[in-house]
This record gives sequence, structure tokens and C-alpha cells, in this order.
Amino acid sequence: MNYADLFRITLPETVLEIAALFALIVDLGLVRKAALQMRVAVAALVGVIGCGVAIWSLSMQPTIGLSYGAGSKLILLGVGGYITAAQIGILLLTGVTLLLFTGSVFTRHAGEYVAVVLMSAAGGLLIAAAQDLLVIFIGLELLSLGLYILTAFAKSSAKSAESAMKYYLFGGTSAAFLLFGFSYLYGITGSTNLHEILLQLHQGELYQATPLLNVAVVLIIAGLGFKVAAVPFHLWAPDTYEGAPAPAAAFIASVSKVASFALLIGIATTAVHVFDAPGPSPTEQGAHPGFGGPWMVLLVTLATASMVLGNLAALAQISVRRLLAYSAIAHAGYMLIAVAFFSYSPLSSNAILYYILTYGLTTIGAFGVISVVERATGSDRFDAFLGLHKRNPLLAGVLLVLFLSLAGIPPLVGFWAKFNLFAAVLNLSAGVVPFTLVALAVAMSAVSLYYYLQVLKRAYVMPAVDETPIKAHPVTLVVLVTIAAAVVVLGCVPALLQNWIAGF
Amino acid sequence: MNEATTGFPILTLLTVLPLVGAAIAFFSGKHARVVALVSALASLGIAILIWMCLPMDGSIGMVEHAAWVPSLGIEYHLGVDGLGALMLVLSAIITLMSIDAIQRAHHHPGLYYGLVLVLEAGLFGSFTALNFFHWFLYWEVSLIPAFFLIKLWGGPRRGPAATQFFVYTMAGSVALLVSFLGVFLSTGSMNFIELAQLASTGALEQMVTAHLGRVTIWLAIGVLAGFAVKVPLMPFHTWLPEAYAEAPSPVTMLLTGAMSKMGVYGLLRIALPIFGHQIAQLRTPLLVLATITVVMGAWAAAAQKDLKRVFAYSSVNHLGYCLLGIFALAVPAAGHAAQASQAAALNGVILQMFNHGITAAALFWFIAMIQFRTGGVRGINDFGGLRKPAPVFAGLMGIALFSSLGLPGLNGFVGEFLIFRGVFPLAWVAATFSVLGLLITAAVILTVIQKVFTGPVPQHCTDFPDLHYGERMAMAPIIGLMLLIGLVPQLIVDSVNPTVVNLLAHWRF
Amino acid sequence: MLAWTIYLSFAGALLEALLSKGKAGVARWLALCVAVLGLFCAVGGFVQGMGQGRSVIVDVPWVPSMGIHYLLAADGISRVLVLLTGLAAVAGILFSWNVEHRTNEFFAFYLALIGGVYGVFLSFDFFLLFVFYEIAIVPKYFLIAIWGSTRREYGAMKLALYSFVGSAMVLIGLLAAYSTSGSHSTSLIALAHAGLPVSFQMWCFPLVFIGFAILAGMWPFHTWAPTGHVAAPTAASMLLAGVVMKLGAYGCLRVGIGLFPHGLDPWGWSFLGLGSWRDVFALLALIGIIYGALVALAQTDFKFVIGYSSVSHMGFVLLGLMTLNQIGLAGAVLQMFSHGVIAGLLFAIVGRLVYDRTHTRQFAELESMHLARRLPFAAWAFVIAGMASMGLPGFSGFVAELQVLIGAWIAKPWWTVTAGIGIVIGVAYTWRALQRAFFADRLPTPEEHPKTGWPDLGAITWPEMTGVALLTLTSLAVGLYPRILLDTIEPAVKALLAGGGQ
Repeated sequence: MNYADLFRITLPETVLEIAALFALIVDLGLVRKAALQMRVAVAALVGVIGCGVAIWSLSMQPTIGLSYGAGSKLILLGVGGYITAAQIGILLLTGVTLLLFTGSVFTRHAGEYVAVVLMSAAGGLLIAAAQDLLVIFIGLELLSLGLYILTAFAKSSAKSAESAMKYYLFGGTSAAFLLFGFSYLYGITGSTNLHEILLQLHQGELYQATPLLNVAVVLIIAGLGFKVAAVPFHLWAPDTYEGAPAPAAAFIASVSKVASFALLIGIATTAVHVFDAPGPSPTEQGAHPGFGGPWMVLLVTLATASMVLGNLAALAQISVRRLLAYSAIAHAGYMLIAVAFFSYSPLSSNAILYYILTYGLTTIGAFGVISVVERATGSDRFDAFLGLHKRNPLLAGVLLVLFLSLAGIPPLVGFWAKFNLFAAVLNLSAGVVPFTLVALAVAMSAVSLYYYLQVLKRAYVMPAVDETPIKAHPVTLVVLVTIAAAVVVLGCVPALLQNWIAGF
Repeated sequence: MNEATTGFPILTLLTVLPLVGAAIAFFSGKHARVVALVSALASLGIAILIWMCLPMDGSIGMVEHAAWVPSLGIEYHLGVDGLGALMLVLSAIITLMSIDAIQRAHHHPGLYYGLVLVLEAGLFGSFTALNFFHWFLYWEVSLIPAFFLIKLWGGPRRGPAATQFFVYTMAGSVALLVSFLGVFLSTGSMNFIELAQLASTGALEQMVTAHLGRVTIWLAIGVLAGFAVKVPLMPFHTWLPEAYAEAPSPVTMLLTGAMSKMGVYGLLRIALPIFGHQIAQLRTPLLVLATITVVMGAWAAAAQKDLKRVFAYSSVNHLGYCLLGIFALAVPAAGHAAQASQAAALNGVILQMFNHGITAAALFWFIAMIQFRTGGVRGINDFGGLRKPAPVFAGLMGIALFSSLGLPGLNGFVGEFLIFRGVFPLAWVAATFSVLGLLITAAVILTVIQKVFTGPVPQHCTDFPDLHYGERMAMAPIIGLMLLIGLVPQLIVDSVNPTVVNLLAHWRF
Repeated sequence: MLAWTIYLSFAGALLEALLSKGKAGVARWLALCVAVLGLFCAVGGFVQGMGQGRSVIVDVPWVPSMGIHYLLAADGISRVLVLLTGLAAVAGILFSWNVEHRTNEFFAFYLALIGGVYGVFLSFDFFLLFVFYEIAIVPKYFLIAIWGSTRREYGAMKLALYSFVGSAMVLIGLLAAYSTSGSHSTSLIALAHAGLPVSFQMWCFPLVFIGFAILAGMWPFHTWAPTGHVAAPTAASMLLAGVVMKLGAYGCLRVGIGLFPHGLDPWGWSFLGLGSWRDVFALLALIGIIYGALVALAQTDFKFVIGYSSVSHMGFVLLGLMTLNQIGLAGAVLQMFSHGVIAGLLFAIVGRLVYDRTHTRQFAELESMHLARRLPFAAWAFVIAGMASMGLPGFSGFVAELQVLIGAWIAKPWWTVTAGIGIVIGVAYTWRALQRAFFADRLPTPEEHPKTGWPDLGAITWPEMTGVALLTLTSLAVGLYPRILLDTIEPAVKALLAGGGQ
């Protein structure tokens, strides 16, 4: 392995690390004496610039991935295709969450916060590109450790600490499971490279389930399921969404999901293309999209359970953050269907990417609104939103757009993302199982309208208890309005984002 | 069949004129009565004009024909023959009398006169229509104003009376509609003339049987039911006494004078031509019902204590003669003598329609006058010896009463005579029993005259005001008409007879 | 020109949303102008299209990778329904002239709803149709939840959820049809010619049909309708019953029957006398007619009577659709128009003319208010509207129902008989409502107790009169000369039946 190649391929991650250090230096060195607001703004600015530079640096990456060493055909870190799209998405979303950080008052450690965010983002970039089990694990840990810290950042809030503890314990356990599963895979196949593993599994009769493979797959799914918050590995999500400070929760809800699903896409793509001979026009004999064994069955089960439980539990919530958490679980369920029924052509991977990117954006916007309301009213219960249309009509309008998009109402982007996803699944195979899953997903979407409308009802319909106007930080407002506009525009002209993703 | 409108669309004008008058009257408030009088006079003028311009041979004249909704067989088709024109004149006269009878409407005069004029339009429309769609439209259109006239200006029990009136007539209309729907589905036509032609060759029954099965008889019964309610034929008459009694007397004039004639006209224009064969099959039970109507109508009249109810039931009786004549006509394959009897009966029916209309309207006009003078009292026993304080009133009303009785020399006699002249040879049993009706009616009328006009004058009647000049002038033409027709019936018969001959020639039983 | 109806409405909605709070007058006039302009476009498009078949208005690729086009087109059926929407929109605004609370938001949601409805009627791409269909749901929720009356939050949520569930079913059908047809295009025309296998159509048709029929108020999925109508403010009820329910019926016709005609074929076996989806849905339509009428007969709240009567009248539309012959389908489309106008009129009278003044809709209370004297305009308007609703000849309902009955007879005679019974019950409940609300005379007449201070109920304003006149004259015009619409409807229906979906 050539360290120059490694450096070039990990350029974005490097940029982020440098930016993180820079943020620390600027904060500790240059603006130490300034007011908190100024320090936060400066740190956020540094972080955003860092993200921008990282995006630019993506263009400097080589066109083929990093291989293990001279003469090895196996790829350690990939580039291009869904990987680049996911990485750009991660960087953009990180930038947006940092913009939302501007104006926050929950911590005095501005530079540290930004640094941790950037480092977690670097972990996310790594996961998206990783083609080796160990690299995956490293990236996952990098991401997760940062997230635990971010959750606990609001030092004055007991809920923050409690939820971080829960998150950490869960996360640690599931990371252990994941590693354990990885070790079995290594044991069965003798390699840690994804492609190699999958080739071994498919070529040998190992694809027919052996008890060891089954155990491995179950463990891996436990680990990955934790990351995407699928049932029954979702228990951390409501508490974390509730306890983490709003910008951090936005980051967790968006960027970590993008990274995790990029990973899943990676596993699925590699599996489907495992028989591809290098060269022109591989045949359409994609294998199953995953590690074999009970992979499909487990994913389908996870998907079903997530959709159902996520939506039904959301019906009972009175806190908007917890509602978003359960809705996130439900959305993860929808996406898992597409991972389970993964197409040979880039259709599925594009659809999943489209979904997770737009979902991430929308969720960041939702948390942005919540942070403003929380700051003004002190709570994120439904009642805090009463009469929002009078107190801040712009904010209420943004909330309307975002929540309707999450519910899947056209012409907003959330609808198109769902439609695209389900069309991709059915395009692959319109058999009974995928069809039933899609029908269930649509039905659950219909249910979800109820709880989104509950919040909108508070904002628009029910009379206000307190009519004092709510002020929002100008940067926050600009960001939120931009997100809402993007949701509308991308929904009206879906081809924009779709073509962009497909272009990679 | 597809002649376009020939000449000036006078029939449409006649129908639209009262509607325009109604629209003006709605907004005229206190002056509505004047507007209504003007409109009614104009209508009368046009109706008489139409009467004079009838074709000599008794066929349908002044035809207006335009396509409307071809896919449903709906056309705008108007035309009149002697029968129709006579009914138009009758309606115009009665509306005029009705408007005259009410000196002032208690409230909302604009609405009242407007409704009366809409009713008149409905009458004109149904007497000139030759396509089911707008015939039915006018049939229904006349219902609504009648309902509201009873409901809003009537007596103490007007609510139930109006509702009963509405429900019965609506039920009849539904039966009519359903039957005609069946006819349309089988033949694709809603044109009365075309359907009559199909019926006269027997093709109608074949088409109905082919499309729907052996239901022609049921279609006929449906149509008959619709008209039976309107005329009325016993036992579908139960709405009538209440409605006539509770309606304000001027409205009763319209009900009995004109609206009941819609039913008889319908039988003559629609039921007999299209379902002649079926009516011939049902002849005996129909004759029985007609006879019962005649006899029981008179008998019930005898038992009433309220003047309005007396004449309500008496109307049932008089129209029973029309029904008698109509059903007796339905004799298949009539020989020469029978044909003469049929002609006589039909002439009598048409005359009776006109004469009874005039007479009954006049009678209710007089009752209206009584009510105005006594503040609503109209029991038969509440009066006595009115001859003394109001001789002109007694004299004129007496003439009307005798006409109702059927005294020769007055108009009531001519129609009844011709009917009996025709029915005796065709259905002597029914005719014989119906004579009872004549006798009972005579008794009733004479009792009324005796109780109301003769005898000692009770205290409260001594200053009963007589008819004043305006009222005498209003009634004089009517009474004159009664005498004229009674003495010189050819004036009408000569114009009606060609139509009668024409109709009979086309009917097949 | 027809496409401008959509754009104007959405532009108007946006402008209204941006208006500042206090300017109620400006909001009203702006909304009225937009609606009247929309009506002009609708009439213009209608007149332009007379004698033409289907004409494409806009065809722009939207998401080329999936074959989705922004395809707007109109045939006779679309033009008639767009005309209806225009009329209903203008009338609704006239009857909402007295809305004072958050006026600009009211009209913003209102115009957004109208825009969505126009869009559905003009879309010829399944995906686009679905998008507009869904767009129409959210404004409905807010209109009812914020400005409604009885149990408005419950009624609004119920309506929104039912509509959404229905559209979810349609979405599943859309996805299935799209993938089964090879995922080339979502244009209705292309999908109709895609040759979808009969076995596929057999289960996709009822799915899509029921999805749309929920919004059309088909029994037993109709329960949102009475609650929703009663809860809604007057203009929303007018639109709901007048136009939005027609969205469902239009979807049943254009998408259900147009794309999956073989779904109506006989199954080859029969169950309880039902041998095809056609039998099933016709039976449900008939039950709806009779059930709606019977329940309307038993109501104590004036608006509920009208709400259930809407369910009953929509049953006629669905029955007409199931006749699958020229005359029945033409009657169904005509009934859509006719009922749209008449239901709008009825809700306007009950809601705006009566309830806004008397603040009660219970017959027991209205009986003693002597409304025939105090609100003569409302009483007589209701007489006319009631006659139209009953199907009196001379009004549009008669011709429409007659055609449906004849079409039903050609299909299966017992359908006609049952539907006829429904008409008779219709006369009964309309009559009862008329009597009890306006013409019941429990109190002594004013002559006997003159001038005992009847409290003034407020004069009839010019917007109300204009609205009543507009709707009544429309119904009368169509009733007296149905060819103005039939000449446009009949060729379109013929083409639909012949082409098996254009």
C-alpha cells in the first residue's frame, strides 16, 4: 500500500480532521475572550468552511479505490458512484447542522463541539467508503464515539447525560456484537475484504446457511440495526433524540443515518455485483444482496417491525422529539425494504440515497424548528407549539412544509422519495413479499399523517395559550427557510436531485 | 311528424306570459293584484284567439316542434286541437275568476298572485304539451304552487291538508313517470302522437312485451293511477275534501275548476290513445269505480255540514260522470251505432269538463263571497233566508246551483245529457246506477238552496250585504255564459265535434 | 387556457398567504377575482373544446428516468368537471363573504384546494393526477379544523385520514400498474394501452376503485362524509360535497375503469349472486342510495340531512359508472355536474343563509322560528333547491337521474327499480326537511299576534343572492337544455368506452 495513495483517497477525512484542529485552535487561542455567541459563530464558520473544502477535495480523489497493496485487486477504500454521493451528502448535512449550531447556548465549549462533529463526520465518510470489515469498524467507532459525546454535550441537562449514557451502553454493546459477527465472517471466509468474503460465500456452498454463518449474520445485523435504529435495536433512539441538544440530535438523526445506509448500500452492492468480471457489460446475474443466510429474512423482519412499531408508537407520543425518533424508526423501516430487495442496476442504491439524503435534510430542519421553540417555551411537548402560526408565521410555515414532507404529501420531496423507493423495489420483483411490504409501507405512511397533523394542528388550528412572538436567530431562520424551499423545489422537480445522484 | 314550428309560436307565448306576469307580480307588493289581473286578461285574450284559429277538421293545429335532447327522445312539441283549446280557455277564465274572487291577500300578495300565475302557466303548459318530458314538467310545476297556496294561506288544518295533497299527487306522478319510463325503454319515443299511432296498430304492445315482458297492463295501470289521483277517482279521492276545504276559496276554484281537468285531459290525451286496449280490458272494474265515484260522491255531499265540503264532494260526483263517459268509450270494435254513442259520450265528457269547470268555479266564488262577508263562516246551517237581504246574490248563486244540478237550459245539463246519451247504449248497468247520483245531487242542491236562501232569516244574517256593482259585473259574464251554453250548446259542440271525430278515428280499443 | 385555472389558483393561494392579517376585504376580493378568472378560463376552455375530442394542453417530461410527464389534457368529461369546479369555486367564495377570522388564510387554503381539484381533472398522467389528488387533502383538513363548527377537529382528522388511506390504496395500485407495465411511463394513455394482464387487473381494479370510491362516498366507506360535511364551514361543505366527492368518482372513471377495464369482467363464478366486481360495486352503490336516503330521513340536524343526501346522490353516480353503457355513463357524468351544483346550493342555504343567522341547525329549534316569514329568501331558495334535489323535471337532476336509470335498466333492470325507490325516499326526506325547517307553523301566525318583536335575522346580502342565483340558474339551464353539457359529455364517454381507456 502506498501512503501517498492512502493520503489522496482519505483527503476529505484529512481535511475534516485539520478543520477540527483548527476549530479548537481558533476557539482556544483567538476568540477566547469573546462572548459565547461570537465564539459559537466563529467555530461554526470554521466547521462549515472545513466541510466546504472537504467537498472540494473530493474532486481530487483518484478514480479507482485504494487497493490493499501492489498486485492486489481488492479494494480497501472505494470511490465514485454511491460513495461519492453519500460523502458529499454527509458533508453538506454536517455543514447545515453546524449552521444550526450558530446561536446555540447549551454549551460553552464551542470549539470542542465543532471538533467532535467534524471528527464524527470523518468517521461517517470512512464508513461510506470502506470495503474492509476492519475499516468499517474503525469508521463506525469513530462516528459513534463522537455521537456519544455530542449527546452528552448539554452539561447542565440531566436528560442529556442520561440519554448519552444509554446511547453509549447500547452502542458499545452493539459494536461488540458487530465485531464478533465480523470475526466469524473472517473465520468462515478467511478474508476481511467485503468482495472477497461475499465471493467465498456465494461460490462455496457456504451460502447455504451454516449455523456459524447464521450466527454471524444475526450479530452483524444487530450491530447495523442499532446504527439505523431498526426494531428491535431501536431502544436508544427516543431517549437520545429527546436528551441530546438540538443541533447534536439533528446531526445524529441525519448524518449518522446517511453513513449507515451508505454502508448497507455498500454491502448490498458488493454482494449483487460479486460475480462481475472486470471489463465491459457484466451479466445480470446479481446474487442476493447481502451476506447470505438469513440476511433477507432478517432485513424483511426488521423492516416490517420498524415500520409498524415506529408508526404505531409515534401515535402515542406527546413530545415532538420522541415523535421524530419513532418516525425515524419508521423511515428506517421503509429504507430497509429497499436494502432487502436490492437491484443489480444502480436503481435501488440511487433510490435509497435519494431517500436518506432528503430525509436527513428534512430532519435537520425539523430539529431546527424544535430548537427555536424549545428555547422560547422551554419544552418540546405538543403544547409548546400552540399558536405557532401567530407567534412566528415563518417558522410555522417551515414546520408545515417539513412535516408534510415527512408524511409523504406531494408535491414535497418526501413523497417523491417514497415513491421512488417503492418503485425501485417493485421494479426489481413484483412478487408477493415485496408487494406486501410496499403495501404495508404505504398503509403505515397513511397512518403517519395522523401524528404529523397533530403537531400541525397545535401550530395552526388550536388557539394559542401564550401569544408572545418567538424570535429566532437570523442564521437559523435563513437555514430553515432554505431547507423548506429546497424541500418544495426538490419535490416539484425531482429530476434535479435524481440526476445528480445518478451522475456519479 | 317532424314538422317544424308553423307560424308564430303562440302556444309558447301563452305559456310564458303567466310566468312573466308571475315574475313581475312577485316584486309588485301591493299592486300585485293589478299585475295578475292584467296578465290573466291577456292570457284569456290569447286563449280565445287560439280557440278561434283552430283547424276546421279537428286535427292538431298551431304545432311547435323542436329537438331538445334527442338521445332521450325528448322534444319540445306543442299543439292544440279542440279539446286542448277548450281547456286553455277554461283555465284562463277560471284563473281570472280566481284572481277576482280574492279582494286582498292577507299577506305577501306578491307571492300569492305570483304563485297563482305560475299555476296558470302549468295548466297552459300541460294542455298544450305533446311530449312526455315537458308535459310532466308542467304537471309537476302546477303541483308546487298549489301546495304552497294551500299551505300558506289556508284554513286552520292547512298543514296536513297540503301535505296530503302533495303526497297523493306525488305518488300518482311517480306511477306516471315509471310507466312512461317503461314505454320509453320499449319504444324509444316520448311523443304522444307517435305513441298513439303505435298503439293503434298494436305495435306498442308488441314492443313493450319484447323489451319488458307482459307488463303493458301494468304500465296502463300506472298511468291510470296517476290520473285517478288527480281527477279523482274513488278511492283515490281522500285528499280532496281536506284540500278543498282548507284551501282559500279562490284557490279551491282553481283546484276544482282547472286542476282536476288536468286529470281528465290526461286520460283523454294520453291514457286512452296509448293504452286504449288495456283500458278496454280493464273496462268493467273501471266502470264500477266510476259509478261508485258518481254515487258515493253525491251521497257524501249530502252528509256534509260545511258548504265547501258539500261542493267538494259534489265535484267528485260531477267528474265521476266524465270518468264514466271515458271508460264507457273503451269498447273494442264498435259498430256504427256504438260509434255514434262513443261520439256522444266523448262530446259530453269534453263539455262536462268545461261546464263543470265554470260552474264549480262560480260556486266557490260565491262561497268566497259568503266567507268574506261573514268572516269565514260557511256552515250549511249557519244561514237562512238570504234571499231577503241579498236577492241578487241569491239569484245569481241560484242559477249556478241549478246549473250544477243539471237543470235543462243551463250549461250543466248539456254535458251530463250527452254523457248519458252515449253511456246508456254502451254500459247500461253503470249508467243506470249513475242516475242515482243525479237524483242525490238534486237533493243536495235543493237542500242547500233551502237552508241557505229560503226560510226565516236569523239575526246575524239580516244585514248580509248584497253583491255590489263590481261583483255583479264580474259574475255577469259567467252567468251569461252558463245560460248561453245551456241554450245554445252548438257554440262549443260545433268546434269540439270535429276533434271528437278525429280522436275516435285514431283510437283503437 | 384550461391549465391557467390551476396556475391562477395556486398563485392566488400564495398571494393570500402573504397578505397581512388585517386585510379581510382585500383577501375576499382577491379570492373572488382569482376564482372568477378561473371560471372564465374554464368556460373558455369548455367553449373552445366543443366538438373536439381529447386535446393535450401541456406535455413536458418531468422525471424522464421513470417516464413521468407533466401531462395535462382534457376531454369532454374533464371540461365539464372543470366548469363545475369553476362555478363551485366562485359560489363558495360568495358564500364565505362573512368570514372574519383569519380571512386571508381561509382563502389561501380554499384556493389551494381549488387548484388541486383543477389539477386532478386536467391530469392525464397517473403520477401527476395522484400528486394533485394528494395536494387537495391538506387544505381540506385545515379548512375544517380551523373554521368549522360541530366537532370540527374530529371531523377534519377523519376526513383527512380516510382520504389519505384511499389515496394510499391508489398509490399502491399506481406502483403496481407502473411496474407491471414495464415501468416505461405513467401516462394514463400509455398505461391503458399497456396490455396489463387480466389477472392483474382483477385485483388492481378493486384496489384502485375502492381507493377513489372512499372519497366518492361509497357505502360503507362513506362515514367521513356526514361528519365532515357537518363539521366543515359552509364554503368547505359546498366544495366537499360539490366538487371533492366528484374527484373520487372521476378517479373511479378515468383511472379505475379507464386503465383496468377488464377488472369489471365476470369472474366466471358467482357468490351470493355477485359474479363480477361490477356487480359488487353496483350493489354497494345501490345500498348507498337507499341507505343514505333512509338515514337522511331520520336526521334531526338540518345539515346532516344534506350530508346524507350527498351520499345518496353519489350512489347514483357510482351506479351510472357501473352500467358501462353510453347512456348510463353520460348520466353519471351529468349527475356529477348536477349534484355538484345542487349540493353546493343546499349547503349554502343551510350553512350560510340559515345557520349563520339562527345559530342552530336542529329541526326542533328551527320549527319554532317561523323561518318562512323571517327568511323568505332562504325558504324559497330552499324550495327551489329542494325541488332540484328531488329530481323535478326542469332541473338538471332529472335528466341526469333519468339517464342513469335508463342506463341501469339496460344493464340490469332490478338496479333501476331499487334506484327508483331511492328517488322516492329522496322526495320524502327533502320534503321533511323543507317542512320542518321552514314551513312548520307551530307558533300562531303574525296576524293573530302582530308585531311581537321578531328579532331581526339580518338581511340577505348581495353575495348570497348572487351565489344562489348563479347556482340555481345553472341547474335550471342544464335542466331545461341539457344538451349544453351532453353534447360535450357524450362523445367523450363514447371514446372512453370504445378505447377501453381513451
